[in-house]
Amino acid sequence: MDGTSANLGSALAINFILNGEARTEASVSPTRTVLEYLREDEVLTGTKEGCAEGDCGACSIVMVRNGSDQVEAVNSCLLTMGQLDGTRVATVEGLSDRGGELEAVQAAIVAEDGTQCGFCTPGFVMALHALRHSGETVTEEVIHDALAGNLCRCTGYRSIVDAARAATSGPAEAPALSASPEPAAAELYEAQGQLFLAPKNLAGLVGARVAHPDAPLLSGGTDLGLSFSKNREAFPVTIFTQNVAELKRIDEDDAKITLGAAVTYSEAMARIEELFPSFAVLVHRIGSRQIRNVGTFGGNIGNASPIGDTPPCLIALDTMLTLHGSNGSRDIPLETYFLDYRKTDLAADEVIASLSIPKLGADQVFRSYKVSKRYDQDISAVVGAFRLTIADGIVADARIAFGGMAATPKRAPQCEAALIGQPWSEESAIRAGAAVSEDFQPIDDHRASADYRLRVASNLFVRLHRDLEGADDIEVTSL
Amino acid sequence: MNADGDIRGAVHSSVRHDSARGHVTGVARYIDDMPLLPGTQEIVLVTSPHAHARIVSIDVSAARAMDGVRGIATAADIPGHNDVGPIFDGEPILADGLADYAGAPIVAVAADTYDQAYAAAKKVVVEYEELTPVLEIEDALEREQYTYPPQIITYGDPATAIAAASRRIKGELRCGGQDHFYLESNIALAVPRDDGDLDVYSSTQHPSEVQHGVAHALGVASNAVTVEVRRMGGGFGGKESQPTIIAAIAALMAVITGRPAKLRLRRDDDMIVTGKRHDFLFRYEAGFDDTGRIDGVDILMGMRSGNVADLSPGVLARALCHADNCYHLPNARLAGYPCKTNTVSNTAFRGFGGPQGMIVIEAMLEHIARELGMPLDDVRAVNYYGTDERNVTPYQQTVKDNIIVPLVERLQAEVDFDGMSKAVDDFNASHETLKKGLALMPVKFGISFNTPKLNQAGALVHVYADGSVHLNHGGTEMGQGLFTKVAQVVASVFQIDLDNIKISATRTDKVPNTSATAASSGSDLNGMAAFNAANTIKDRMTGVAAEIFDTDADQVEFRQNRVYAGNESLSFSELAEQTYNRRVQLSAAGFYSTPGLHWDAKSLIGNPFYYFTYGAAIAEVVIDTLTGESRVLRADMLQDCGNSLNPAIDIGQIEGAFVQGQGWLTSEELVWNDRGQLLTHGPSTYKIPGSRDVPPVFNVHILEDAPNRFPTVFRSKAVGEPPLMLAISVWLAIRDAVSRTADHRHFVKLDAPATPEVILNAIEDVSRRDSVQ
Repeated sequence: MDGTSANLGSALAINFILNGEARTEASVSPTRTVLEYLREDEVLTGTKEGCAEGDCGACSIVMVRNGSDQVEAVNSCLLTMGQLDGTRVATVEGLSDRGGELEAVQAAIVAEDGTQCGFCTPGFVMALHALRHSGETVTEEVIHDALAGNLCRCTGYRSIVDAARAATSGPAEAPALSASPEPAAAELYEAQGQLFLAPKNLAGLVGARVAHPDAPLLSGGTDLGLSFSKNREAFPVTIFTQNVAELKRIDEDDAKITLGAAVTYSEAMARIEELFPSFAVLVHRIGSRQIRNVGTFGGNIGNASPIGDTPPCLIALDTMLTLHGSNGSRDIPLETYFLDYRKTDLAADEVIASLSIPKLGADQVFRSYKVSKRYDQDISAVVGAFRLTIADGIVADARIAFGGMAATPKRAPQCEAALIGQPWSEESAIRAGAAVSEDFQPIDDHRASADYRLRVASNLFVRLHRDLEGADDIEVTSL
Repeated sequence: MNADGDIRGAVHSSVRHDSARGHVTGVARYIDDMPLLPGTQEIVLVTSPHAHARIVSIDVSAARAMDGVRGIATAADIPGHNDVGPIFDGEPILADGLADYAGAPIVAVAADTYDQAYAAAKKVVVEYEELTPVLEIEDALEREQYTYPPQIITYGDPATAIAAASRRIKGELRCGGQDHFYLESNIALAVPRDDGDLDVYSSTQHPSEVQHGVAHALGVASNAVTVEVRRMGGGFGGKESQPTIIAAIAALMAVITGRPAKLRLRRDDDMIVTGKRHDFLFRYEAGFDDTGRIDGVDILMGMRSGNVADLSPGVLARALCHADNCYHLPNARLAGYPCKTNTVSNTAFRGFGGPQGMIVIEAMLEHIARELGMPLDDVRAVNYYGTDERNVTPYQQTVKDNIIVPLVERLQAEVDFDGMSKAVDDFNASHETLKKGLALMPVKFGISFNTPKLNQAGALVHVYADGSVHLNHGGTEMGQGLFTKVAQVVASVFQIDLDNIKISATRTDKVPNTSATAASSGSDLNGMAAFNAANTIKDRMTGVAAEIFDTDADQVEFRQNRVYAGNESLSFSELAEQTYNRRVQLSAAGFYSTPGLHWDAKSLIGNPFYYFTYGAAIAEVVIDTLTGESRVLRADMLQDCGNSLNPAIDIGQIEGAFVQGQGWLTSEELVWNDRGQLLTHGPSTYKIPGSRDVPPVFNVHILEDAPNRFPTVFRSKAVGEPPLMLAISVWLAIRDAVSRTADHRHFVKLDAPATPEVILNAIEDVSRRDSVQ
């Protein structure tokens, strides 16, 4: 172990609460998935593996993270043991087996005949258990939002949705999870020849990055987790960002909102909904609650996927990134961060510290649209994001970016040029849409053909115009 | 066969699924949840990356040297026959010399842990010589490359009828395949027992086939292999023949290592290695008159069989036997071609060809409607089967139980179809970019396995001396509630509360030589076998009661957990004890075979179905003409279940089947690359419906007062598959919405699945043709 790691202090074990009981694990691999730990080490086999990629929800458990009191559903297949340190978690076995009385969600699913083969059921129970304790006003929309990360192949969902409605209609008693004391989170864990670094401040994070430039940064693990669940990798060093205090901050002034890179989608949702409602609709379609509860804005930018949903929106919103390295920090526009397919401007000693999104001016509007085969939890064929500045009916400025149209999320300069200086009209919108083919040469893949992407990207300008005109029928989900 | 509702859980009552509580608490155990015996091996497969390649050499030496590895097998290590073909021989477990699809298992590696097996599998070196693959149905049709000879039904004189008809149409259509996406992927655990015997725990709809397949592969007799399955985490046909391969590999590795061995396919492997619903290419021609009445049809079905036949002959036969759906085809040529392609062999999937058969006739009727400028339902009306005439199918079975017309009329009246249609017109007139569509779908589905010999079942019932009952039968539980329904049958026979009946795992040593739980037949066959077993015991107990009460057997009545004769009575458990005391057997095997079936698999003529089940659905959708996105707004359906054994369970089957069918026709798209590799092999890329995709207005009703006209168990009807085809209403409604964008002036070219891209293409195609006119 090198000096940097030693400076972080040492811990011999991962401490967490499982179904109300304290656990201290000193020898488990830090990158072993929680799902495998539960099923094999704890023999808690109620939690199932359906896909090992965070899409089916059969592995859902609930978690209260360190420093939080929010009960959240998470995919245990993508969660590593290192991430459990300092948390409280519960599995389906933790809900009912004391005394045998069913928890409200369990009872409702039984009463509504909401099970057939039963394999997905524990995951649904946990997702709805989290919803019950979320403090939200439960509407149909909220139920679907809460269930978007759980697939059932048997029931056709009607009975499960009825059960969700029944189980969440009354007041929820305090979740058993929060009754347990919160264990302390450590900064370092080592077992099975693997080091798991969980620095608590930005200096420590940069130090870890400098000491281990090849180590992956693990934030929510909704992408990196596949390396463990599917590809069976066991990195010698993993650097976890969720405990870095500076990265968890949300700051706001009159001009902008600044999100720490490790802020999860769920944590930022309320502010995004208020400041950028159209963007919030799209963020609700990223993964599922299980994913958004751990997935972060910094992660979505950091992995530089060409199909990340937030980057086109953040580029159109003129987002600035603050990168922090051993020589201090620098601010760059997000659009210059993406160099090529999975290549970025991030130096080996740097981390993304935060992103700052300018608030919309009185004459600015922002809209984003996502087109995919399925509404919820699908990877986009196309994402279009538009920030227009319209003064006296004339487009004074346009920032337009698309995802799914190139190897990186990218602005559409010809579309923008076609609009700027023009009156904001259907004709202008159509003319701008026609410029899409000058800006992009997309590819064919299993999500859509290049031709379809071009047509849709172009047509989204028509949708944009209708939307800004106040039409209430702009998408099939509007009805 | 009257049921008395006074006991808890009699037939026709909405009893909960017997495992519901176990499901929600997580204690219901699946095979991967079983505690492992010490030394249990984990197996990882090495599969072919090539769609078509000669296997030049296999080097396992580096893999064998890896930590924890205890056994590696190739085709050469199979002691018996390397063949699991359910119908034809020559379908290998491990590829021998030739890999004929991308994903074909070649080597199995067993090690102490999964990670060890995974790491070792990466060290296996297979040298290939790539061959040109045939990847498309068209290519196979052109080369006449089939997995077995084509199946053709000829009825009447179709060529003459079409030529002589006053109107004619021709068209082409394709529908995609579908991955089962059962939440529990394929798994088997083999445990060595004494004398080389094996216990195999398999997630299978067909324990007997797994037993036979394992025995065949190991070169042992069937009595050396016992297969058990308590429950599956979903099946849908994907666990009818496919588990045999999985179980055979687990068994092979158990024999090679001398230890228990488990093979669980991870999701991606499951989707790549195992078969799916067959995709089809259709070419059709029809002759009809000015009223839309069909004179003759000629339908070509190019079915993607895949690398081998597997269950394709049955699937294709059912597709051909459902190309009539509810319509009388006086002259028909229905020609099915099982295309051999270098893709995974397709297999059973809920509907088993029926959905594909129906989708083409529905497209054809719509084509006729557009050609004549008539509403689709008017064309249907003149073509529906009659009750006393025009009631013979192209395969020459007379339809004797037709209720489709009154059923459709009832549904149309209940939902005010005409009012809905006007509302759709109004909506479309006032909306620029969103357009609604509306369609009805009638369904007639034949019940019984097309192959007569499969229509048999066995059951084993024990009454213990304390009056508790142990129930076993050859059917398997995959979530469909079969165990609950069959237990209800036994409860009703004995007139005892359902909780007195213990439902037990399906085992080949309890009931032998069973058929797959498939073809919607589970409760028809096993319910009747259990009914017969229970009645055998009941007759014996009746004899004992008659002795005790000193009366005639016909004076003895089982009612409300008691047994009566005049003013005297005993509890059921007292009578069980008395029966034991008098040394009368309280255990019986029951058997049932469906009467009246015959089928000539060569000429495709016969009486393959015991009865038909009927249903209809109406779906309303909206599409976005800018993006092609669609959404189902409403679905109403009415399904014939005879006298439903369990309405709650049947409603669940209808809803689940509908949504599964909706997925097949909308968002579920299987995409292969030009090397024949599947690109959509996980839920991140393959999109089955989620909760939001279910129509927000979703009205599901069972047809009331509709006992089966044939003497099935308590006059019930099968329900597993038929409602899947109700979802064709969604696809037809999307077509209708596209058609309405040009006021029904053009026939819509829309394949399935109707993804946003396919819909947008169809809209633009209609618009192009409209502007040309």
